[in-house]
Amino acid sequence: MRKLLTGNSAAAWGARLAEVDYLPVFPITPQTEIIETLAEWVDRSELDARLTTLESEHSMVTAAGAAAATGVRVFTATSSQGLLYAMEMLYNLAGWRTPLVLVNVSRGLSAPITLEPDHNDVLAARDSGFLQLHCATCQEVLDGVLLGYRLAEDMRVRLPVLVNLDGFYLSFTREPVIIPTQDQVRAFLPPFDPGRNRFRGGEPVSQAVAVLGGGTYSYFRYQAHLAALEAKKVFQEISADFKTHFGRAFDAIETYRCEDADILFVMMGSFATKAREAVDRLRDDGRKVGLLRPRLLRPFPSQAFVRLLSGRAGVAVIDQNLSTGLGGVLYTELAAALYPLQRRPVLVSYVGGLGGRDITAGEFYAMVEEVRQAVTTGRVPPPRLLFTESEMQSVRGLQRIAGGKGRDA
Amino acid sequence: MSEQDVARTGKKRRQSPLGAGTPMCAGCGGLQALHQIYDLVGDKTVFVNAAGCMTLLSIYPFTPFPGSWLYTAMACAPAGAQGVRDALDVLLSKGRIRPEQDQLPVVLTGDGSAYGMGLSATSAAIDRGLDFLYICYDNEGYGNTGHQYSAATPTGARTATSRVDGYSGVKKDLFTIWSAHRPAYVATAIGTEPADLARKVKKALSLRGPRLLLVLAPCPTGWGFEPARMVEIGKLAVRTGIWPLKEYSDGAVQHTMVPSKRVAVEDYLHLQGRFRHLFVPVRNDDKLAALQLQVDDYWSHID
Repeated sequence: MRKLLTGNSAAAWGARLAEVDYLPVFPITPQTEIIETLAEWVDRSELDARLTTLESEHSMVTAAGAAAATGVRVFTATSSQGLLYAMEMLYNLAGWRTPLVLVNVSRGLSAPITLEPDHNDVLAARDSGFLQLHCATCQEVLDGVLLGYRLAEDMRVRLPVLVNLDGFYLSFTREPVIIPTQDQVRAFLPPFDPGRNRFRGGEPVSQAVAVLGGGTYSYFRYQAHLAALEAKKVFQEISADFKTHFGRAFDAIETYRCEDADILFVMMGSFATKAREAVDRLRDDGRKVGLLRPRLLRPFPSQAFVRLLSGRAGVAVIDQNLSTGLGGVLYTELAAALYPLQRRPVLVSYVGGLGGRDITAGEFYAMVEEVRQAVTTGRVPPPRLLFTESEMQSVRGLQRIAGGKGRDA
Repeated sequence: MSEQDVARTGKKRRQSPLGAGTPMCAGCGGLQALHQIYDLVGDKTVFVNAAGCMTLLSIYPFTPFPGSWLYTAMACAPAGAQGVRDALDVLLSKGRIRPEQDQLPVVLTGDGSAYGMGLSATSAAIDRGLDFLYICYDNEGYGNTGHQYSAATPTGARTATSRVDGYSGVKKDLFTIWSAHRPAYVATAIGTEPADLARKVKKALSLRGPRLLLVLAPCPTGWGFEPARMVEIGKLAVRTGIWPLKEYSDGAVQHTMVPSKRVAVEDYLHLQGRFRHLFVPVRNDDKLAALQLQVDDYWSHID
């Protein structure tokens, strides 16, 4: 069935088709439509699941993990401040090795408080042990949820999975989405097997117990890390299987017009569709440019990046996040992945799209030009924070209205 | 002691379901109460724990619990219990477990979590009518970090963060806060009154919905007394009227052990290092009188 769905609705459809058992929820913009949709299906008995509204995301993620630890398939969703409020428990759930899917609808972090997207929320969870899938289309959101369950529940992995979509740009944008049949999904995603980590009367287990000493602690931390690394291979198998079942690719890194490209954009999420458009225009102009878009951020597909980027002249890494005092997170990670190469492409770092700020076609063209110059001259410019003169004027205007001294600042 | 040792001595040892050899302090009033409670709630339970002294009961790969255990975090044990309960309900309704495989989620926290960080999660679990038992072992301070004052610390008690004049606040009334939610059951108790405690555990187990056992836990290390005096101090907490034994159900509060003649509060205080500054180097009659008055005032509304 092909239907126009918002990104949020596609996420809810993913959960529905995964036949989830339990939905611990809490509202937050721009995620709320997901839980409203699921609640209505539960009320109409179209989805045989229990939905519980917790009083915070911290409790919501706790309940999610506890239910998965008891032995049911769990789906939950949040955004931004909610993800940060739950952060303590994200680390816990990964340590509990509870496989579940959490959808995050990206939204810039406070302060200042805002509604539109960037990736600082989801990247704050980067080291939590949740595996991360990043989506750029509504179809990918539905597909990512299904694939996320296969990945999380694989006995070689057993880690929670976070599926990310951008607030507003994807959450509230309607796109045609192919909704697979329940039978198709069942053939791809078997029923949840809790394994030995479950609570049953008469079969006592202790989960999440304390450890004393760095040795035991390190053992469990390394176990989770090695499982996450193993998840790279598992992801490849599952994405190949996904293509067999559904005819759609969900590779770790999407490549767009990269074959003969000497300069590539690298970026994540729905804003990469803007880069895609820019690639088409630049190609029309005879420029050999392409786009790499990682769908899989954790585990980080280092080898795939090395394979795709070795021999290229230059790369514009566009981060829709800002690690204060350092710069773009993806840039840093990519630089580390490419460092062992003998002949590394020139990497130029751009930070843009914060709080939903647009990245214009003109900016993409300018980036390619700047990377080209860096390649030619061997002089790499410092990281760029995308912000225009007219944006500065507009902020100054607001400061004047507010009666501040913005003009003199 | 192994079974062979028991055979050799020829003595029959009472088999306690909760195992021994835990790292709790000698004379822990909380552990005393937990033993008695566990005898009755049994092993078809999932103990959901928040950060506190009793987190150290289960240290990989050992546990004294013959039933199940899940450590969560300091703020959210009731939410963990919600997840366990909801998941078991789903498994039951979908026929994926048999009714005899059902279990009772039991939240186990100290006062730091119960009175403070976990109160929002607790309140919400009661709102939702969660079918669970909450055991709070109240040792009147953040015991596991060296006994700093918490919202459960009584007026005047010295703690690691009130070393000079003692705690200036008033012990929060968690019993009334719980009762105001109109849950199934709320009781105060203490391990040194085992008959009263056992009756309350049984009563709690006979009901469904949110149930609290708020257990005062005399704490030798935090309160400053010899472990051997724990029972004496626990009994005095009741006989002085400082720790009223009571229960709430069906909208009414009943006192379950009213001391016929209350012992002077200072008889309880002077045994504890945390109140020693009220007696030496100079006896502080004003503060002692004020503490006695707090207790008298409480009971004047009860007697």
